[in-house]
Amino acid sequence: MSSRSLRGRVAVAGIGETAYYKHGQSPDPEFKLALMAILRAAEDAGIDPREIDGFASYSNDRNEPSRLSAALGIHELRFANMQWGGGGGGGSGAVGNAAAAIATGMADCVVVFRALAQGQFARFGQGPQSPTIDGDKAFEAPYGMMSPGQRYAMKVMRFLEEHGIAPSAQRGIALASYHHAQANPRAVMHGRPLDAEKYDDSRWIVEPFRLFDCCMENDGAAALILVSAERARDLPHKPCYLLSAAAGSEHRCAAPSHNAPTYASSSFTTVAPHLYRMAGLSPGDVDVVQSYENFTGGVLVSLVEHGFFEPEAAAEFLTKENLVAPTGKLPLNTSGGNLAECYMHGLELQLEAIRQIRGASTSQVPDAEVSMVCSGPLVTPVSSMILGGEATL
Amino acid sequence: MSGYLPDGLPIPVAENDGLSAPYWQGLREEVIRVQKCGGCGVLQFGPEWICHRCHSFDLGWTEVAGKGRIYSWERSHHPVHPALRAHGPYIVVLVELEGTGGLRMIGNLLGDPAQDVKVGAAVEAVFEHHEAAEPKYSLLQWTYVETSP
Ligand SMILES: [Zn+2]
Repeated sequence: MSSRSLRGRVAVAGIGETAYYKHGQSPDPEFKLALMAILRAAEDAGIDPREIDGFASYSNDRNEPSRLSAALGIHELRFANMQWGGGGGGGSGAVGNAAAAIATGMADCVVVFRALAQGQFARFGQGPQSPTIDGDKAFEAPYGMMSPGQRYAMKVMRFLEEHGIAPSAQRGIALASYHHAQANPRAVMHGRPLDAEKYDDSRWIVEPFRLFDCCMENDGAAALILVSAERARDLPHKPCYLLSAAAGSEHRCAAPSHNAPTYASSSFTTVAPHLYRMAGLSPGDVDVVQSYENFTGGVLVSLVEHGFFEPEAAAEFLTKENLVAPTGKLPLNTSGGNLAECYMHGLELQLEAIRQIRGASTSQVPDAEVSMVCSGPLVTPVSSMILGGEATL
Repeated sequence: MSGYLPDGLPIPVAENDGLSAPYWQGLREEVIRVQKCGGCGVLQFGPEWICHRCHSFDLGWTEVAGKGRIYSWERSHHPVHPALRAHGPYIVVLVELEGTGGLRMIGNLLGDPAQDVKVGAAVEAVFEHHEAAEPKYSLLQWTYVETSP
């Protein structure tokens, strides 16, 4: 094993989350949600929370490591890390950063967390309310392009057009998420099933996205604790190893006003090859995938760019039957994900990927040994990660 | 209502460092300006303080023709701003400008919001002036090129 690799060097010790709420309905403030998730992850790991010595998050999480450290009375802070970039693009990147700190001896016990209380703070899906606007957004907002959905519909539409894919190819992704949410009592959409007819009858938000192609907005917090692989073997849970993590985006992905050279992309074309190389795996080795759904079209492109099918085969591959556990060819978003479990800015996907390795999902894939997460398509930077059980080392 | 969309949407202005001011001033004068590198001659948009190709800081502005092709599009239905409530759907297009090496700009496709939109179709610029706004500003809109009979 090259020393310049994370493969098998760091493992997940524990996971924790709060109850998940519809946006604005959390009875607790955001900082308290973060604390609750971190304490639950420590309890799950069987670790004294005061032993945590590092924090990693993404998307400008408002809950600062120094305040968390003081509030929790941790012995010593050694690592305080923020993965730059918006949306959920940093979910796997933050795990990679935390693991890198542990693998290089900069910290021993790092928590990756994300907390959101959108009742306390602004929502994502609405445009700016100020009378004037400047910078990149000035090239979009006066034309009525203001929300993430509108910004990314333009990219997805180009991808669909380039490859002759009908927007209905996105449907199976939504159906699979809702299907899995019905088995998951944590899911906000538990007890609210979705069928093809209801999907087809749903209103357009922005073509090519219908209502059920778009993620929810929620309140809650999630956390996971990483330690060295050696230490994880002495902890209560079956170890779940990080096999690889990669983050980034293509050449000039953020060129202003939609001028990225590789425009019709979920931003993973350069990231995915690094991911597989570090893991020493290929798409055929992957047992289960959690792929961040800001919009189902972003999932479609993410799965193409991670090598699961050719774009022209999208409609054929993305049937509900292929995407549901335990029988599907590629079980996808097995907790319900951002569409139907909770929009925990994607970190709920990391937790679900870990449950799959532990054998503890509510939609378990039999003998899952290789579990992937793709975080935040269409934004920049994006990131992805692969987890594995003992047999993959 | 002085334009394709209702009044009350955010008014575009240059940043406080003035980076995009020549672009917005150009639309007031009914010309489309993009950056041109004094070092290597490449055209660049949106604006930046450096040439992405040769790293020259010597960036000027040049006029380009108001012609292009639809590169991508979307029809927006859900109101994302109070000014758009009860307005109904509208079309946003991403246009690749002719003779620029593939530079793109966002605008609306004028006409029936229910019309078919064809990727690759030729479009031409229409300058939409908002004279009653404070500050006054102009937008760059697009319409299908009339095909001669
Ligand atoms: Zn140059």
